[in-house]
Parts: sequence; C-alpha cells; structure tokens
Amino acid sequence: MRNIFLFIRRYSTFLLFILLQLFSIYLIVTYNKYHQAVFSNTANQYTGKINTQYNKIENYFNLKKTNDSLVKVNERLYNTLKQDFQLPDTASKIVVDSIRVDSLLKYRRYNYLHATVVANSVSNQNNYIVIGRGKSQQLKVGMGVIDASNGVVGIVSEVSDDFSVLISLLHKKDSRISSKLFKGGEIGTVTWNGNQPNILQLTGIPKSAKVAKGDSVVTSGYSTYFPKGMMVGIVTEVTPEKSTNNFAINIKSTADFYNLQYVYVIDNLQQAAINDLLNKAEKKSQ
Amino acid sequence: MSTLVKNSIRFILFILIQVFVLDNIHLHKLATPYLYLLFIIWLPFRMNRSWQLLIAFIFGFTLDAFRHSFGFHAAACVLIAYIRPYFINLLIPQEGADSNYEEPSIKSMGGFTPYFIFIAALTIIHHAWLFLLEAWQVGNSWYFLAKTLLSTAISLLLIIITELLFNRKQKFKTNTI
Repeated sequence: MRNIFLFIRRYSTFLLFILLQLFSIYLIVTYNKYHQAVFSNTANQYTGKINTQYNKIENYFNLKKTNDSLVKVNERLYNTLKQDFQLPDTASKIVVDSIRVDSLLKYRRYNYLHATVVANSVSNQNNYIVIGRGKSQQLKVGMGVIDASNGVVGIVSEVSDDFSVLISLLHKKDSRISSKLFKGGEIGTVTWNGNQPNILQLTGIPKSAKVAKGDSVVTSGYSTYFPKGMMVGIVTEVTPEKSTNNFAINIKSTADFYNLQYVYVIDNLQQAAINDLLNKAEKKSQ
Repeated sequence: MSTLVKNSIRFILFILIQVFVLDNIHLHKLATPYLYLLFIIWLPFRMNRSWQLLIAFIFGFTLDAFRHSFGFHAAACVLIAYIRPYFINLLIPQEGADSNYEEPSIKSMGGFTPYFIFIAALTIIHHAWLFLLEAWQVGNSWYFLAKTLLSTAISLLLIIITELLFNRKQKFKTNTI
C-alpha cells in the first residue's frame, strides 16, 4: 500500500497530465457527438454575449456586402410579384377574392424567422455557427437554416434562451442533408469531408444518372428540415467511384460560409405531426 | 506588476486576440495562425508543474468554449505545458539560468537560436496534436502534414513578430536569495 502512495507521489505530474488528456478526449467524444454536455448552455450564454458585442462592430464593416445581398433578394422577390405577369385576355374576368389571408394559416407549412450570425468558423473539421436568436424567440432544435441567397447553411442543434448553435454544413461528423439533382431528380446525401470549406460532397448518385458540371443540387424535401428546392450547391467535379455503382460528386455550396451575416431559420409547423406518425409506424413494426 | 496580475491580463488578451482576430484568418483556406500558445510558453520557470498543467487546461478550455468544440485546444495546451520543462532543461545554456530569470525569453534562454528551437518545437507539437484530434483518424497524411507545417510557419512568424514588438524586460535575479 505504501508503495502505491509513493508511486503516486513520485509520478503525480505525469498522472495529472494523463488525467487531463483523457478528460479532454472524453470532452471531445461526448460533447461533439451528443451536443448535450451540461455546461454547454451556460457557456453559450456567456460567450454569446461577448460575441454579440464584437459582432456589432464587425457588422459595420460588412454593411456594403449585406446591402448588396439584400438588393439581390429584393430583386428576386420583385420578380415574383403578380403584376410582373400578364395573362392574355380571355373570357374570364378578374374577381377580387374576399378570402382573408389569415385563414390560410392552418395550411401554412413553413414559417421563416430571421436571425443574425453571432459567431462562425470554417477552419475546423467540425464547424458550428452561433446565431443571436434562441428559445425565447421561438427557436427549437431541429430547424433548418438558410442564408439570404436561399442556400442551405445548417441545422439548429442546441438552443439557449437568447442564442442557438447550428451544425454547419461544414461539419464532418454530423452534417447530412438529403438532396437531389435539380435536372434528373436523383436523390443523394450531401456531406463534407473536412478538407475545403465551400466544397461539399454529394454521395449516393448512381452512375446511370446524367450529371454535368454546373448542374444545381437542391434539397429533396424528404427531410422535415427544409422545403423542397432550396439551393445546396452547384456541381463542380464528377468522378466515378471505382468500387461502387455511384458517382463521387463535388459541389460548391451556394451559401458563402466565409461571409455569413444574416440567416433565415425555417420553422416547419408540421414537423411534430410528421415525426409523431413516423414514431407510431416504427413502434408498430417492432 | 506581480506575476499573477501580469499572467491574468495575458490570459484575457490572448484569448480575445485569438478568437476575434486570428480565427478569422484562413490563408489559402488551409492554415489558421495560432498565437495564443505564447501564453503557455511565457509561463514562469519556477511555477509548480501541476499548476502549469491545470492553468494550461483552463486556458485551452476557455478557447474551446468560444469555438463550441470542447476538448481540442485543452488537450493540445496540456500537452505542450507538460513537455515544456523538458525542453527548457535541454536548451538552457548553463546550470541555474532558469532561477536567474523569471520566464523564457531570448535573453534568459541565452540567445535567439535556443529560444527559436524552443518555440518552434512547442508550436509544431501543439499543431500536430490539435489537427490529429480534429481529424480523429490517421488518413490523408499529406493533407495533415501540409496543414500542420503551413500553420506552424505562420504561427511562428506571428510569435516572432510579437516577441519583437513587445520587448519584455527581464530582470536579472541573483540566485543567492
């Protein structure tokens, strides 16, 4: 027994070193897999507040870029206005519909909520984005997030009172977005291999599909996170995989992860209903 | 200024600079400079080694909290804090020089070359361990190597510039106390 104590005293520094290393690795494994470490919420609140202060200054320097992107969004919205389209005269006459817009509420599936980006990273293998909107502002875990140019950015993975953390598309371990080729309609999954920011990988597209450089990749609408047809990226490189029947496709993301200032969070109002049904079906088959 | 106050101010400054300035720099979308480890390099010679490890852990953990990925920087910081005394013993010129000065610098390490070898070794070990943990696998070794070497080069450049800009006055203490 005495020898054990002597041993511990003699090598106390080394043992402490091993202990701290193991604890760090434990943090890496648990926190990055489950995102539910006890301290994450409080840490969010404190670091989030400091980040917000810094962001106020940074925003000022990006005003011009933000303006440009807003002009572009406005242009797109203007182009969808009713008066842009003229139907040829027919026998029908235009009647002003007396239906109240509010009565459409129960058919609404998606609701968009805006948020500012408070912190962002692109240089790690698993990147997270922090936005300045949280539980008290109607955010929930599992909402999809897009940027001003309609490009997919990520999915909300954690919420505190006033801040939320997103799993960015640039997250090697956990980012999987169900997507499809806009032209052919083949369904695949968009992931990131951790090498180059803004270049993502589309997997699961069979060699029978017609894919060319420049094709658009959009969300499939099969997951409850995103509506159908949100831009994910544009194909930049197509190579056949040797051992499988699939293509290995590189795509350039529509969202520019180096310059994220404002994002829109998509609230799928039917998400709970769909998930409930799925759970029921799964329980039955067990 | 007392050692405690000085190091507390450094702690805050290095964290803020790393998070808000350097983390926004991505050269060729590959390398990010890390300056914050200078805090650990500059810790006093005579500090208890267990305390050094604990402080390094808290320091790395604070940075991790800002980046929302816990453990990576803490592990790398603890590693270099652990091997730092060995390098000091190896590189310091004469017996007892570490009790004449308070903390590692060009003067106290006896010239530019030993000090440079000291910071270069710690920087490259820190970066290699950090990127290895981030990748979580030993595949794609060329990418890993390029990332480590490039980041090390940029970090070293920044560290030397910092060293030249902020000339730390090192008082010579006699060891007869």
